Amino acid sequence: MIAELGTFCLGLAFVLCVAQVLLVLAGQFKACRGVERFSEGLSLSAALAAALAFAALLYAFVVSDFSVANVAHNSHTLKPMLYKVSGAWGSHEGSMLLWCVILLSYGALITLFGRGLPESLKHKVLGVQALLGALFAGFTLFSSNPLARIDPAPFEGHSLNPMLQDPALAFHPPLLYLGYVGLSVVFSFAVAALIEGRLDRSWARWVRPWTLAAWVFLTLGIALGSFWAYYELGWGGWWFWDPVENASFMPWLAATALLHSAIVMEKRDALKSWTVFLALLAFTFSMMGAFLVRSGVLTSVHAFAVDPQRGILLLVILFITAGAGFTLYALRAGSLNSGGVFANVSRESALVLNNLLIFVALTTVCLGTLYPLLMEAVTGQAISVGEPYYVLSFVPAMGVAMVLLPFAGLMAWKRGNLKGVWKQLVGAAGLSVLLAIIGLALTRDLTALKGLSLGIGFLLGGWVVFGSVQMLMERTQVFKIPAKDAWKRFKALPLATHGMLLAHIGLGVFVLGAVVETNTRLSAVDNLRIGEQITVAGYQVTLKDVNQVPGPNYDADQAVITVRNAGGQVCEARPERRFYAASSSVTTEVALCFRPVDDLYFVLGEPVMTPEGARWQVRALYHPLARLVFFGPLLMALGGTLSLFDRRLRLGVAAKGKKA
Amino acid sequence: MSRKILILLAMIFGLTQIASAVLPSEVMRDPDQDARARMLYREVRCVVCQNENIAGSSADIAADMRRDIRLHIREGLSDADIRQTLRDRYGDYVLFRPALNPATLALWFLPVTVLIIGGVIFLRLPRKATAVDVAELSAEERARLDKLLEDDNNRSS
Repeated sequence: MIAELGTFCLGLAFVLCVAQVLLVLAGQFKACRGVERFSEGLSLSAALAAALAFAALLYAFVVSDFSVANVAHNSHTLKPMLYKVSGAWGSHEGSMLLWCVILLSYGALITLFGRGLPESLKHKVLGVQALLGALFAGFTLFSSNPLARIDPAPFEGHSLNPMLQDPALAFHPPLLYLGYVGLSVVFSFAVAALIEGRLDRSWARWVRPWTLAAWVFLTLGIALGSFWAYYELGWGGWWFWDPVENASFMPWLAATALLHSAIVMEKRDALKSWTVFLALLAFTFSMMGAFLVRSGVLTSVHAFAVDPQRGILLLVILFITAGAGFTLYALRAGSLNSGGVFANVSRESALVLNNLLIFVALTTVCLGTLYPLLMEAVTGQAISVGEPYYVLSFVPAMGVAMVLLPFAGLMAWKRGNLKGVWKQLVGAAGLSVLLAIIGLALTRDLTALKGLSLGIGFLLGGWVVFGSVQMLMERTQVFKIPAKDAWKRFKALPLATHGMLLAHIGLGVFVLGAVVETNTRLSAVDNLRIGEQITVAGYQVTLKDVNQVPGPNYDADQAVITVRNAGGQVCEARPERRFYAASSSVTTEVALCFRPVDDLYFVLGEPVMTPEGARWQVRALYHPLARLVFFGPLLMALGGTLSLFDRRLRLGVAAKGKKA
Repeated sequence: MSRKILILLAMIFGLTQIASAVLPSEVMRDPDQDARARMLYREVRCVVCQNENIAGSSADIAADMRRDIRLHIREGLSDADIRQTLRDRYGDYVLFRPALNPATLALWFLPVTVLIIGGVIFLRLPRKATAVDVAELSAEERARLDKLLEDDNNRSS
C-alpha cells in the first residue's frame, strides 16, 4: 500500500509541476493576469509530494519490502541499516527519484527565499523550474518508477553491489545530486531573464548564492567519490579521467567559471551574455552527465546499466531543455548590452582570462570524454583518451589560470597597476621558488621528468597559497599598522573575502598534494607467509597473522600487519578481504596507518596455496602528502560555505536594501 | 573506476591476484630503462579492462604487455617504435594518448582554437580608451564620492 501511495505522490508531483507551468503560461495573457502567483504554493506542494514519494521508497528499503522490484534488486535483509537506506539511491530508478526530489525542493526554496525577487521574474523562474520538474518527474514516473511492484515477490533480495556498501559512497550521490540539480536553479534564472529580456547586476547577485551552494555540494560530492575510489578500490589512484568522473567534473568547471564571471557582472555590469551562457551551460553539463551515466554508452563503476531506450528519453529531455535554452539565448543575447568598460590591466581582464582558461580546460575534458564515443559511432574506430592527453591539454590551461590567480586578487577594478601588484607579490614568488628548491632537494630518486613536474607543481601550488596569504596581508595591512588595528581590519573583512581566500588556498594545497602524491608514491607487493616482511619507503611491514572474522553480511579474512621504522613500531594495521555470499563477490578493505599528512596503507590480496602452506599477497602503499589531495577540496568547500553566509550575498538582501 | 569490472572479470575468469600490478620481479636492472618502462606502462591501456593502464592493472594480459614492453626496451627500440608496435598489434585503442591524425585533429586542436578565438574576442572587448569623458565633479560631489569609496574599500571583496 505504501509503495502505491508513493507512486501516487510521484504522479501528484508530476501533475503539480505541469499545473505550475500552465499557470505561469496563463498568467502571460491579460484575461488570466495574476494566476501565475499560485505557482508559488504549487512549488511547495510539488516538493512535498516528491518528498513523500521518496519517503515511501525509503520505507520500502528500511523494512526490506521485496515486493517492490527496486528493493528486491538492490537490497538484502542482512545489509546494515545505513546501506539499506543508501540502497534507495543506489540504482538508476531510485537515484532518478532523488534527482526529482532535489529538483522540486529547489523550486520550493526559490519560493521560500525569493521574497525579494521581482514578482514577474520569480514566477518565470518557478515556471522554468517546474517545466524541468515535470520532464524529470514524468520520466521517472513513466519509464523508471522505483516503486513498481514485482510478482511474485522474492524471498530474499539481490543485495547492493558490495563495492558500493561504504560510508563515503552512501553520501556521495546525494551530495553530487544537490550540486548537479542546484545548477538547475541557475538555468531557470537564466531562461527567465532571457524571456524577460532584462538582465542587470542584481540578476548576478541573485544567481550567485545558488551557484555557490551547488558548487560547494559538487566539490564535496566529487571529493568524496574520489576518496572512495582511493581507499575502497585499494590501488592508490584518486582520479582516473574516467568518463563518468569527467561527467561530474564538467558541471563543476562550468560552475567555477560562472562564479567568477558573475562577480564581474555584479560589480561592473559587464560580461552579461557570457555569464548567462555559462549559467545555461552548467546545468546542460549536469544533464549530459545524467545521460552518459544512465544511457549505457559508458561502462564504469558509477554507471548504471540501463537499457538504451531510457537513455534516449534522457537525451530527448536534454535536447528539449538545453536546445530551448540556447535557442532563446541565440535570439536574445544580442540585445544584452554590456555596461562596464575596463582597461587591459584590471581585475575584470584577469577574471575574463580566468574564464577563458577554465573554458579551454572544460573543452579538453568535454572532448576527451565525448570524442572517443563520437568517433566510434561515426567511423567505428576505437581510440582511448587518458591521462597523457589531459596532462598535455587540461593541465597547461589550469596551470596558466593559477599563475594569474594571485594577480587577479590584488588587481584593482577598472584599471590596475601591474607593476604595483607584482611588487606586492615578489615575496610570494620568492617563497614558492624556495619551496620548490626544498621540495626537490628532499625528493628521493629524482629523474628529469619527475623533477620537472614536481618543480612546476611546487611553484604553482606555493604561488597560489602564498599569493592568497599575501592578499590577506594587503587587506589587513598586518605588519604595516599596529596589530590591534590589523586584527580589526581582519574581522571587518567580508565573509565572501575570507571564503575566496580559503577556497584559493584550498586549490593550492590540492595542487601540492596531487603533484607530490602522483610523482613520488611508492608501493611494494609480495606473497608473504605469516612472519615474513616487505619494506616500503623505510617502513618494515610484517605479516603477523591472518584471522577469520565474520561481518554482518559477509565473511572476512583479516590480516594483522605491524609496521616499524627506525624509530620502533609505528602502527598495527588490519586489512580485510570480504566475501559477500549474497552476491558471491569479494571486496578488499584497505587498512590505513594514520600519519599526519602521508598515507601508508595495506591491501590483503588472494592467498596462494603452496606446499609449505598459504602465502598471502600483501601490498604496501606509501603516498606522501595524499591527505592534502582531499583536504584541499575540503578547504574549497569550506570557503564556498563561508562566502554563502556573507550577508551581502543572501537572496533578497539587495531588494530589501533598496526599500530601506 | 573500471576496477570493479576488472575484479568481476578477475573472479569470473580466475584471473585472481586482485591487488597486484608491477611486481618486484618486473623491475628492470638499468634504472633509466626501468624509468622508461614505467612511463610507457602509464600510457598503455590494459585491453581487457575498462579504463585502466597496464601500470595499475593486475590482469594477466597487462603483465604480458608489460613484459613485451620490457623486451622491446632491451632490444633497443625507441619509445616511438614501441608505441607503433603496440598500435600495430592492438589498434589505436591501446594508447591513452591518441595519435595525431586527421580523425583526431579536432581532439588535439579544438582547445587551442577555443583559446585563440577567445583571446581575439577578449582583445576586442570595449576598452577604457573608448569610454566617454565624464564631467568634472563639484567639490561637494567629490567629498561624497570619497566617503563612498572609503566605505566601499572597507567592505568590498
